Formats: sequence, C-alpha cells, structure tokens
Amino acid sequence: MIEVEGLTKFYGAFPAIQELSFNARPGEIVGFLGPNGAGKTTTMRILAGYMPPTSGTARVAGFDVVDQSLEVRRRVGYLPETVPLYPEMSVFEYLTFMGSLRRVPELEDRVDEVLEQVAMLERSESYIGNLSKGLRQRVGLAQALLHKPEVLILDEPTIGLDPAQIIEVRRIIQELGRERTVLLSTHILPEAQQICGRVLIINRGKIVAEDSPGNLQAQLAGAERLVVAAGASCEQLLQLLGGLPGISSVRAGSRDGEVEVATVPGKDLRPLLARTIVEAGVDLMELRTSGLSLEEIFLQLTREENDEQAGG
Amino acid sequence: MRNVWIIASREFRQYFISPIAYALATMLYLILGGIFFINVYFGLETGQITPDGRIVIGAMVTILLFATPAITMRLLADEYRMGTMELLLTAPVRDWELVVGKWLGAFGFMSVVLAVTWVYPLILHRMTSPGIDQGTLVAAYVGLLLMVAAMLAIGVFISALFRSPVAAFFVSLGVMLALWIVGSLASSSGTMGQLAGYLSFVDHYYNNFYLGVLDLGDAVYFLSLTALALFLGAQVVEARRWR
Repeated sequence: MIEVEGLTKFYGAFPAIQELSFNARPGEIVGFLGPNGAGKTTTMRILAGYMPPTSGTARVAGFDVVDQSLEVRRRVGYLPETVPLYPEMSVFEYLTFMGSLRRVPELEDRVDEVLEQVAMLERSESYIGNLSKGLRQRVGLAQALLHKPEVLILDEPTIGLDPAQIIEVRRIIQELGRERTVLLSTHILPEAQQICGRVLIINRGKIVAEDSPGNLQAQLAGAERLVVAAGASCEQLLQLLGGLPGISSVRAGSRDGEVEVATVPGKDLRPLLARTIVEAGVDLMELRTSGLSLEEIFLQLTREENDEQAGG
Repeated sequence: MRNVWIIASREFRQYFISPIAYALATMLYLILGGIFFINVYFGLETGQITPDGRIVIGAMVTILLFATPAITMRLLADEYRMGTMELLLTAPVRDWELVVGKWLGAFGFMSVVLAVTWVYPLILHRMTSPGIDQGTLVAAYVGLLLMVAAMLAIGVFISALFRSPVAAFFVSLGVMLALWIVGSLASSSGTMGQLAGYLSFVDHYYNNFYLGVLDLGDAVYFLSLTALALFLGAQVVEARRWR
C-alpha cells in the first residue's frame, strides 16, 4: 500500500530525511516514532502529496506521489499535525466543502456518518472556531475519513487530547486499521506500543529500527533481566546467586537488598532463583522480569545515533 | 472545472460573512452616495443636471484601486498562514483550479458590489430627459468589469507569494498604482512612451471604454493580464510546494 524507496528531502542544505525506505501493507497500522525534528512530518507530507521529495520514490496505493499525485491524493486521508480548519465555518459546512472537493457520493449522509464515528454528531452545527482542541482534532479526523481512503496518514493524531479522548481516538484508529493502511506518527511511546503492529523509529532523518513493538523490545533487551528483592544485603545476594548456572551477570540494584540478574536468553530462571533464596533461609520479597521498555529502547537508539554523529 | 466552482462558491459565500467585505462595501457606497448627492443637489440648485450615467464611475475606479487589494489579500496568504493550504494541496485539486477558483469567488463578489452601483445612473435617468446615454454606460461598466477582473487576478497572484495578508495588500496596491501611474509616461515620445501606454490601466480604460468605445484590443489587454496573473499565481503555488 505504501512503498517508500530511498526517499530524501533537503530543505536548502539541511537534509530533513535521508534515504528512507519502508513498506506498509493493507490492514496494518505502522507507527512512526521519533523525537521532534526527526523528519516524521516531512515524510508524511511527501506521502500525502503536499510536497515532492528531493530524490527517491514513494508509491501510495500503487501510484507514484510525484507523477500521479492526484491519484494518490484521491486515495489518501491526511490529518496534518496542525489540524488546519476554517474557524469561521460550521463543522457541517467544513466537511461538506472538503467532501465536495473529493467527490464523495451522497455527501450529507456520509458527513453524518463520519461525525457519528468520531462522536461529534451533536456538534455538527457548531462553528469550528468555538470548538476545543480535542473536538477540532476529531473534526480533522472526520475530514480524513470522509472519502473512505485506502490509506490514512495521521500526524500526531492524539496530541492535545485529554486522556478519555486519547483512548477514544486510539479505538477509532484501531478499528480503521483493520481494513486500511494506517501510518501514524507519535512521540508517545506507549501509544505506539499499544496500537501499532509495526514501529519505525526515525532519528535525524534516518530509520534506526523497524519491527513490531514486541520484537524490538526482545531484540534490544538481548537477554532477559530479572529483578530480585530479598531480606538480605546486596553482597549476600550477589554471593548467593553469582554461581548459579544460566546466569550471565548479577549486579546490585537501585536500593539495598535488590539485585538485577541478567540471564541467558530463552530460559526462565525464576523458579531456580526463588528456590535458591528460600533454601538459603533468606526471605524473598520480590521477583520480577524487567524487559527494556520501548521508552528505553527509543532513548538508547536515538542516543547511540546522536553519539555517532557527534563523534564522526 | 468543478473544483474551480466549488472553491469559488465557498469563497463567494465567505465574503458575505467576513467583516472586511462589509466594511469595504459600506465605505464604497457611502463615498459614492455622497458624490452622487452633491452632484444632483448642486445640479438641482442650478437647474441643470448633467445627464451623464458615469456620474460615480471616476470616483469608483479610484476607490477600487485600494479596494481590490483588500479583497484579494487574504485569499491565498491566509491559507498559508493558517496551514489550511496543506489541506487544499493534499485534496485532489490541481493548483490552477485552486487559484482560478479563488479569483472567481472574488470576481463574483465584486460583480455584485458593482451591480449595486447601477442604481445611481438609473435614478439619474429618471430625473433627466431625454435621459442618459445607455450605450456609453454599458461600455463603461463592461470595461470596469474587465479591469476589476485583471486587478483581482494580480491580487490573487501576489497573495500566493506571501504568508501575511497585510504584506500582500501593500504589494498588490503598489503594483496597481504602478500600472495606474505608468500611464502618465505615455505622453512622452519614443518606445518608452508607447510601452508605458500599452501597460497602463488608464489608457486602456479612460481612452476607450469610458468614452463608450468597445475596443477588442483593450478587452484583450485586460483579459491577457488576467490570464497571465492567474498563470503566475498557479506557478507560485506549485513552486512553493518544492521548498
């Protein structure tokens, strides 16, 4: 549905994105994750047909974004980061205007339908200028859904919403993602973890990692980590656990009586650890696994990249 | 073409809810009304009203020089400023359809504003016998519409260059005044004079249409100026995508 090959965009001499390549299939929700200024918006603008790339190709729904821009634009629903709306128009007028530009059949019924979908039907006559940020975001989303696009491109769709609205918007996106291709950008990591089937981590205009949130975590964490808290001092615990088979390292944890145990991948050592501690006559207080959170992975990846840049 | 119509009709309706348009129409009608009143009043005093249907046109043209930039300044600049341009340029609309649609909406609005001023010659026609020369009046108005079309197209083009409507206003005003004043160079001899005469609004309007002469050359001048400005406007919108 989305095929990106060697996409590069320069603003003057500044490379916003460099040699970006990725794909997205129908029925897939792909999360675009990265710090501010990483090139997320630039990529999305290119895919939505707003601006051409400096080099490289991008095809959306089988059409080239430069040569067949109109065909691409017909098939894409786009919610820009700034959620541009006309404040002096009513919600209904606005959606009717956008829908008529997109030749939506039976437009008025369809407008009611999408307003229903984003739970805005009762605000249809309100002026957009009087709406709160969260409601505007929903109007923007309604606009992107209006023509039943094959591909949805959503730039930070949940920014500025309150927690209840965030959950609601995520639910809508998940629902849409069943049949359509959704590309969404975010810098809220749990969000990507929760709704995306695949995550692309982008930093300084380059993709630094690409996988499902689960795999990314496993791959980067390498080995499993366990946190053990017991009624003994750190030294005692280090001594007790250090010699066990299947453990690659033990080090002191964040507080006294707590140690972090790194284990060989693929083996659950929790029963062995519990037994060892209890048999030594020590009280076991806590035993839990601690994988790297997506947040840590993200920071790790973007930091490494930055260090390389600084060094080179 | 349908997109042109959709954009134009939105823009046209927009004028009727925007304060600028009402302020402009009020100012225009107040000034024209004042001029008309003074003319008729003193005409009655002396017992002699000049049966000239173009009674308000001279003043109107001067006001339009300032009014059309005010009408066009926000057309594209505001879309850039508010970010809604991103929405329009990612909708399946060609760049030229957007530019022409904006211009057509403004032209529709100005046509309504100008149509209302037709009441002055009508009143004058009833007050005088044998009445006014309808032919001259029609020619003057046809010329006026053509000139307004060109002025609005220039305004749309310049609006595409800026993010700030105020900047677009002053630059448009500058260009219109230049096209106005250049006519005064036309009296000088040589190619410069000829060129100035060819570029001038004044020469193409006051020397022909205003006198009741419908000249194809003058119509072509205003129409080609309109087309050129709209073409440049579409080019600017296209070029701004690349930045």
